Amino acid sequence: MLLALCSILIILGMVFLLGGSVGILRLPDFYTRMHPAGKLDSMGSLLVNLGVAIYVALDFNLANLLTSIKVLLIAVFIYLSSPTATHCIVDAAIRAGLEPWKKG
Amino acid sequence: MDRFFLYVAASLSLVMVLPMYRVLKGPTVFDRLMGVNAVGSKTVVLLLLVGLLYKRLDMFVDISLAYALLNFIAVVAASRFFYKRRRL
Repeated sequence: MLLALCSILIILGMVFLLGGSVGILRLPDFYTRMHPAGKLDSMGSLLVNLGVAIYVALDFNLANLLTSIKVLLIAVFIYLSSPTATHCIVDAAIRAGLEPWKKG
Repeated sequence: MDRFFLYVAASLSLVMVLPMYRVLKGPTVFDRLMGVNAVGSKTVVLLLLVGLLYKRLDMFVDISLAYALLNFIAVVAASRFFYKRRRL
């Protein structure tokens, strides 16, 4: 039962990562491309990390528990660093004078 | 279950090729920066899956954590560098 939960979480995370990549390609302007690049990547990696952490914690001993906690810590760090990096890029783009997209 | 992780890792490496197009073609340097950031954060996830395949996750967790740190610092440093240059 828990194994099915892990695989569902990982597949969902993959869907988000795929959406992030397609969003980066398809959208017209840098600022619009920044939305999927920032948000969907962190959500996708959170879900995959959650699935991996639960999968590791299935056979329960201390070493596995510590590893799964580390995997969750990676997810938390990605949640902290990805928005900050995205903010940095957009701030640099605005200061460098990149005009937002205005066509119809 | 290993077969499942192998397929997920393979499909993730395919998904990583898409931002590469944006890195090559991106009109502005910030598109390239965003592509590099996207590839970097996907590599962190790919490292975890590879760690699962090799059955040595506790080593790969540290590698992917270090990679996430370096990716973040590189993106912040690159964006700090580029906003002073007027050329896009």
